[in-house]
Amino acid sequence: MEQRVVITGMGIWSCLGQTLDDVRQALYDGKSGIIFSQERKDMGYRSALCTYVPMPDLKKKISRTQRQFMPEEAMYAYAATEQALQNAGLDQDYIDNHEVGIIYGNDSVAEATMNALDRFREFKDTSACGSGAIFQSMNSTITMNLACLFRLRGINLTSAAACASSSLAIGNAYLLIKNGLSDCIITGGAQENNAYVVASFDGIQAFSTREDEPSKACRPFDKNRDGLVPGGGAATVILESYEHAVKRGAPILAEIVGWGFSGNGDHISTPNVAGPARSLELALKNGGVNPTEVGYVNAHATSTHAGDGREAMAIKQIFGDYAVPVTSTKSQTGHEMWAAGAAECVYSMLMMKGGFIAGNLNFEEPDEETACVNVIPETTEKHFDMFLSNSFGFGGTNSTLIVKNIE
Amino acid sequence: MTREEIIKKVAETLSEEFEVEQDVITPDAVIYDTLDLDSLSLVDLVAVVQYTFKVKIPVSDLPSVKTFNDLYDYIESHQ
Repeated sequence: MEQRVVITGMGIWSCLGQTLDDVRQALYDGKSGIIFSQERKDMGYRSALCTYVPMPDLKKKISRTQRQFMPEEAMYAYAATEQALQNAGLDQDYIDNHEVGIIYGNDSVAEATMNALDRFREFKDTSACGSGAIFQSMNSTITMNLACLFRLRGINLTSAAACASSSLAIGNAYLLIKNGLSDCIITGGAQENNAYVVASFDGIQAFSTREDEPSKACRPFDKNRDGLVPGGGAATVILESYEHAVKRGAPILAEIVGWGFSGNGDHISTPNVAGPARSLELALKNGGVNPTEVGYVNAHATSTHAGDGREAMAIKQIFGDYAVPVTSTKSQTGHEMWAAGAAECVYSMLMMKGGFIAGNLNFEEPDEETACVNVIPETTEKHFDMFLSNSFGFGGTNSTLIVKNIE
Repeated sequence: MTREEIIKKVAETLSEEFEVEQDVITPDAVIYDTLDLDSLSLVDLVAVVQYTFKVKIPVSDLPSVKTFNDLYDYIESHQ
């Protein structure tokens, strides 16, 4: 029997803030988390725009031995997950007595791998890598660390699908619970935010070079957009079957009602319209949702010419004459890549619960392709009960989540 | 590096790496107990000594390095 799948907790560790309240306020206020980094410029970056995400202080919470296994992104993920578990009222005693799983998005371990191999090459000795290197430099580092730290005994899986990693993590967790294979899964995504992870990305000239105006650099859907701004952090959502949530008296925040996915089967970095459109269409169809029920679309739009234009056309193709409100929160946060789908799910939840849509910063004028969607440029008080969140990644991987409010 | 310099550097680097107070690192203290080492964190001891002093302690020599005094001796004689 199919289960309803609900969200009972969420946590965020972002450039906009490290608590749900702070992030909600930052979204509402139109705060930009984007900065210029002289360090990156001095290192040789073409574009030194990025975001600042503080490192959580876990010294008092996690032993030195266990922290040795955790790269930066696992620390962000721990902090977001700790919040989400608390938000969901899931304590360690409950977790110890029930089967809770984890599916988390991550698609790089660049700095940890680089550090270990630099030492290996310098000393020509494998033990110079240190004890934590192997665990830090596997793509599954977050799920392996969090599963041990929170003593999780359910599914333990990393979702690696470029910038759709964490949306697909949530989608897969949803599917397992929907089909009765799991009752409760911690899901989300994290993104390392150091100066090494995106060096090669900068090398393909994908980033905005508007370095003199960091807060204006990320301008999804705007005619004068000139590339994305890399970001980082982590976001976690707790998914449970409705029955499980009710049984343990959990706070039920929302319900995932639809998930769609697709592959472009096309170019490795240039998106098309058909692939994303099929992802949107499948999410609506699987959820039995009429497009006019969707009150807000949190777009993937990263502020690149090709990506934003084609997403706008895909949205128009699916929503037709219904001018659904659309924004990209990346205008405030930059592109949180492997964490983006989960973080944007949390941002959208905060907006839905708070009765507003955060304005798409720097949207001044559309171009021919983006004029077909209803981009909201300023924060607007708006009640809505359902949102759709897109995440698309290199290789043409697409994921769309539809989430319905539960009061 | 003189023995005094080795003693000072060992205290500084190992207290930072293993998050212990410097004053617990004394000549007769047992390294494994003081730094709470297990089979994995032992690798970090070898790695830290290697970066800091450019001295490699092979696994076969580890049993002879029990106290910090043994470690000072080892580093001093292998510089």
